[in-house]
Amino acid sequence: MNYNWDWGVFFKSTGVGSETYLDWYITGLGWTILIAVAAWIIALLLGSVLGVMRTVPNRLVSGIATCYVELFRNVPLLVQLFIWYFLVPDLLPEGLQEWYKQDLNPTTSALISVVICLGLFTAARVCEQVRTGIQALPRGQEAAARAMGFSLPQIYNNVLLPQAYRIIIPPLTSEFLNVFKNSSVASLIGLMELLAQTKQTAEFSANLFEAFTLATLIYFTLNMGLMLLMRLVEKKVAVPGLISVGGK
Amino acid sequence: MDMDFSGIVPALPGLWNGMKMTLQLMLMGIIGGIALGTVLALMRLSSSKLLSRLAGAYVNYFRSIPLLLVITWFYLAVPFVLRWITGEDTPVGAFTSCVVAFMMFEAAYFCEIVRAGVQSISKGQMAAAQALGMNYAQTMRLIILPQAFRKMTPLLLQQSIILFQDTSLVYTVGLVDFLNSARASGDIIGRSNEFLLFAGAVYFVISFSASFLVKRLQKRITV
Repeated sequence: MNYNWDWGVFFKSTGVGSETYLDWYITGLGWTILIAVAAWIIALLLGSVLGVMRTVPNRLVSGIATCYVELFRNVPLLVQLFIWYFLVPDLLPEGLQEWYKQDLNPTTSALISVVICLGLFTAARVCEQVRTGIQALPRGQEAAARAMGFSLPQIYNNVLLPQAYRIIIPPLTSEFLNVFKNSSVASLIGLMELLAQTKQTAEFSANLFEAFTLATLIYFTLNMGLMLLMRLVEKKVAVPGLISVGGK
Repeated sequence: MDMDFSGIVPALPGLWNGMKMTLQLMLMGIIGGIALGTVLALMRLSSSKLLSRLAGAYVNYFRSIPLLLVITWFYLAVPFVLRWITGEDTPVGAFTSCVVAFMMFEAAYFCEIVRAGVQSISKGQMAAAQALGMNYAQTMRLIILPQAFRKMTPLLLQQSIILFQDTSLVYTVGLVDFLNSARASGDIIGRSNEFLLFAGAVYFVISFSASFLVKRLQKRITV
């Protein structure tokens, strides 16, 4: 068995243009971050709306949000991605369909599909966290706001949501990290994000173990870095007087 | 776009073969994952600093990388590793490498569930077992773990449902699971959209009813 270990492989030329393998990883990381951040923005906005809908005292509104969550949680991410990438463009009106399939650069259309898919998929999870956060608040908060004459939108905007978000930072952090990990499915529809670049490096250089070790390290560092950052944020915005603050 | 679902009926036997592959992957992942996860949880809880750090590192490592990366890596690396160990060419298929990947990846998640389960058992149980003269292994095997597993059954099942959905990722190594067989049969007759929707519906019905049952079980178990 001969395997040529070579940790310097990343500084070697790929033979494609003047790029080194390291350049590929950097490009891939850029894509991964772009997908994850864009999807996270959608997830956070939509998830918050859905989370509020689930707690509103109206059966129809909360029912719609519940259906959304059940639907998006019980279909595998990959199936959802294929639906957004292969099926949904076929459902678009003629003019739009032509633009999406022919005028748009294939990378852009894949990017749009994966961002929408991941955003809506994660929104279902964010919704559950927001709902938990709102329901974890003492009932007196809502009652007091109501007694002060706040309208329902005011109660959510000024009283419930600012507190709920601060409680759910830890679970939201892990969802945020999940978006980064889940963005790797983009490699299956041809986007050259981190995992796809890793596979390509492994194939081009034949240095399989080095290629995947570096990818693992990048994902690991990204995770740890974001986790530490969110822990700082959590401490900064903690609600005084709650047990989780640490008895200050 | 016109939809025509009539092509699905003749394709059902093929789809069932794919589903059998999916279920096989899931079951082996669950069994291996829980077994390895339990060992890891006991290591994490052991009084030996070294063992608990090792298990902690394992869990942290696998929880911070994507499952798709693990599947891809193992698919490419397992044949190499086996050759190093056995010294000769040992052909392993995609199936074996995927099962190994699922077992090792899920073990990290199962470990955390088992750990929480063991920690939720009251200390008196441990003390009483020791007072009866049981050693550590006996205490764990006969007293703590049976109670812990009962408590954490809903969580283990929930994680298993997630694993059921995640098995679709074997698409990347070309294994013909349910999703892949649906895509292949759809492509042949030019009805890939219908087959994709059908696959999504089947996944949904199975996961949804399973989660529903788990929720009911949870209500019955919690006092």
